[in-house]
Amino acid sequence: MADLIKRTAAELADLLAAGEVSSVEVTQAHLDRIAAVDGAVHAFLEVDVEGALRTAADVDARRAAGDTLPPLAGVPIAVKDVFVTKGIVTTCGSKILEGWVPPYDSTVVHRLRAAGLPILGKTNMDEFAMGSSTEHSAYGPTHNPWDLDRIPGGSGGGSSAAVAAYEAPLAVGTDTGGSIRQPGAVTGTVGVKPTYGGVSRYGMIALASSLDQAGPVTRTVLDAALLHETIAGHDPRDSTSIDAPVPPVVEAVRNADLSGLRVGVVRELGGEGYQPGVEARFDDALKLITSAGAEIVEVSCPHFTYGLATYYLILPGEASSNLARFDAMRYGLRIFPDGVAEPTAEQVMSATREAGFGQEVKRRIILGTYALSSGYWDAYYGSAQKVRTLIRRDFDTAFEQVDVLVSPTAPTTAFPIGAKIDDPLAMYLNDIATIPASLAGMPGLSLPSGLADEDGLPAGIQVLAPAMADDRLYRVAAALEAILVEQWGGPLLAQAPELEVAR
Amino acid sequence: MTVTTLVSYEDAVAEYDPVLGLEVHVELNTTSKMFCGCSTEFGAEPNTQVCPVCLGLPGALPVANERGVESAIRIGLALNCSIAEWCRFARKNYFYPDMPKNFQTSQYDEPIAFDGWTEVDVDGTTYRIEIERAHMEEDTGKSLHVGGATGRIHGAEHSLLDYNRAGVPLIEIVTKPIEGTGAMAPEVARAYVTHLRELMAALGVSDVRMEQGSLRCDANVSLRPDSQSEYGLRTETKNVNSLRSVERALRYEICRQATLLSEGGRVTQETRHWHEDTGVTTPGRSKEQAEDYRYFPEPDLVPVAPSREWVEALRATLPEPPSQRRSRLQEAWGFSDLEMRDAAAAGAVPLIEATVEAGAAPQSARKWWTGELARRANADGVELMELPITPAQVAEVQDLIDAGRLNDKLARQVIDGVLAWEGSPEEVVRTRGLEVVSDDAALGAAVDQAIADNPDVADKIRAGKTAAAGALIGVVMKQMRGQADAARVRELILERLGAD
Repeated sequence: MADLIKRTAAELADLLAAGEVSSVEVTQAHLDRIAAVDGAVHAFLEVDVEGALRTAADVDARRAAGDTLPPLAGVPIAVKDVFVTKGIVTTCGSKILEGWVPPYDSTVVHRLRAAGLPILGKTNMDEFAMGSSTEHSAYGPTHNPWDLDRIPGGSGGGSSAAVAAYEAPLAVGTDTGGSIRQPGAVTGTVGVKPTYGGVSRYGMIALASSLDQAGPVTRTVLDAALLHETIAGHDPRDSTSIDAPVPPVVEAVRNADLSGLRVGVVRELGGEGYQPGVEARFDDALKLITSAGAEIVEVSCPHFTYGLATYYLILPGEASSNLARFDAMRYGLRIFPDGVAEPTAEQVMSATREAGFGQEVKRRIILGTYALSSGYWDAYYGSAQKVRTLIRRDFDTAFEQVDVLVSPTAPTTAFPIGAKIDDPLAMYLNDIATIPASLAGMPGLSLPSGLADEDGLPAGIQVLAPAMADDRLYRVAAALEAILVEQWGGPLLAQAPELEVAR
Repeated sequence: MTVTTLVSYEDAVAEYDPVLGLEVHVELNTTSKMFCGCSTEFGAEPNTQVCPVCLGLPGALPVANERGVESAIRIGLALNCSIAEWCRFARKNYFYPDMPKNFQTSQYDEPIAFDGWTEVDVDGTTYRIEIERAHMEEDTGKSLHVGGATGRIHGAEHSLLDYNRAGVPLIEIVTKPIEGTGAMAPEVARAYVTHLRELMAALGVSDVRMEQGSLRCDANVSLRPDSQSEYGLRTETKNVNSLRSVERALRYEICRQATLLSEGGRVTQETRHWHEDTGVTTPGRSKEQAEDYRYFPEPDLVPVAPSREWVEALRATLPEPPSQRRSRLQEAWGFSDLEMRDAAAAGAVPLIEATVEAGAAPQSARKWWTGELARRANADGVELMELPITPAQVAEVQDLIDAGRLNDKLARQVIDGVLAWEGSPEEVVRTRGLEVVSDDAALGAAVDQAIADNPDVADKIRAGKTAAAGALIGVVMKQMRGQADAARVRELILERLGAD
């Protein structure tokens, strides 16, 4: 089976269940692919050959023994380096954690292991998930498989690139302001940010606690749903995780149907700043949605305009506090200051943070420290929380009129590596359409909408639903995906250039 | 540094009106920490009671201990506070190596309990103390500074960190400014902390061992010319680790501030450090260097919203109020007002109660705790409760006396043994060989010898002067090395000399 790596996770699961292929074969095929192309893509920071094959062999043995296995057992997966993995180096893309081997598993990883998914390795990311291009990784950028000179999105560019380059059928990412959805859009893959609290944050290295959410990174909507159900659900170790049944997302994919659905187009998420090719593919998608029996309604969410500003006060505030623990006292990098014979703990902390954090991380720590300072709190952090409430109300009002909202996922297609690295504000604008749902805790999904005319690169359409109505995302996305794939004559990724294989 | 002679306390309080503010940290006795499942037991090997959560490992998240919240509510109710219907934890951000996350999970503008009051008695006067708030927070780890002369960070060669205490639940109880105590301020402060300690013990929420740090007090004081003036600049004295130090540290601070003010100087608003050994305070952080803690609501924890039903159910579990309890015990024990007040002032009421429960008569229990044991505690500079003798052991000693196996002098030696960690009273009696000789043959022989050696005394007794028996008793007791029951010796002497 030469094309094992091109199979979807659902197909692999069927082949494995039918005994037509072993998990060891599937896992090895992906490890071989990683060996062949990751030198060029650099999606992985760490590949765990031994661990992945051990899990695969174990799953094969259990299957041979007649055990009933979870749906994705034996299907390998790539894990964003933001998740702590017992025994596997976890750096979060930062020098400050270089070589750190966690003594425990995050809940997401624990659930993946329990479900029998071999973990191929840890994927690259912007340092501490701060960025939209993966260029802020301390270990070098990841390259977009569609064009190796371009960014794969961020912060989870490693996960989306790994899936787009067939290095893994599945990956998990985290989305704070768009870090799953925006990379999905620019790599022609599917990315889902579940409802805040839908997936446990325990063991996810925190960027902004009130925004961070883990979710699936896949090539198809069905694969995302299968992975969603594997990782979601209440976790007593995360008191912000929702203690309610996981929305029936796999069932929603199987019963995908657009007829009678009211689909809202958010007036504020489009227009100026959006690339024409991205908007054209979005408009095409709206026509398809209409022709499939749904009603398109234009809605206004006036406070979304303040989303980016709000986000860049709340996120740095929380991040400045979350990242305080990296101080060289208990784990990670420890740097002694130059020219100090007997440095104090404070001097070591300072020297370590100076050497261990990258520019973007420092920028946000400084922003956040300022926003939380007494005297500025009301003007910045406090005001941002109020606007956040207004944005949530905009969603509530919109969802009184429509079942789901749609917009382009990202305003542009993948830009060249280096193009925005020195312009933080331009970089931040990548997340303009994904941030509102993050601030409000609503679920969002990005699906490939086609290739932009001007550059031939993938664009994405974003679907948003009310909290804990994640199944609606899947219902809409699966129906639209079916129509688009039919129109394209196959998955969009089939149009990506073949990567040169290293030998 | 200029050495100034401090004005006397009497002059200080004659000239100025002290205003107090007390912040008491109560370490809860929950079996697990505030935000994880680690044990809270005191005294374990360093860094053996830790996990990803309380070590602040990347990715770890807190989950609030329901028992900790319950204790906080019960403390709030016992202090007549309102209980918040909805409140949040907050992060207090500052860097320190013994704080794993470099922020302390605490509460800021939404405490679980607020606006309460309580009353304390000092020498028959009742003082009402207004409670500003009681909030939940986590303790830090401990730093051990090695190589310095004082165990403090200055001059240390290196420091060791023990995170066993990190995450242990604390309740911080903050008073509103306490005015109108005048010269009694230090004693009122001490009485308040004593009262809180009794209250926490009665609630069963804390071990309240000041020497182990499970009850800690930060004492704020400022001076003003008179009770109508605005508050002066205050100092906050830390490291006040015993009831006695609460009183001593405040007394010192009042004298120090009065000296500054009377010389036309100003008090610097600052944190000060109390030195138990030298009896002075020295400056810590000044307000200018003070941290900006950048408080914000803790996003990793959900708000605490105790239902009114739960709060009322907890109210029903409160022990009787201390003043009511004191009246009840006084009546049951038949103590005079003075006896009860002395017992309360010595912090002996719960100890007497436990001793009575262990079988001793109330008056005997009172005499031990407010007499002999209070003297020992005072001499050692510790609290009664901190003496290494339990109420049950005191009851056991009394029992041995009542059974005629010990006399008062031997009993004191038994107490010596127990306090020196030699074992239970029974064990001390055995190993030190302290039991009174009740063997009449041995005693009889000693009595006969004493009569033979002192014929003129014997004659006096025969002649009816029984008071002279004392001299012979002394001789016999000396012969028996004190290990005889003096009453029995007297009986034997009178019997032998036909004077009974």
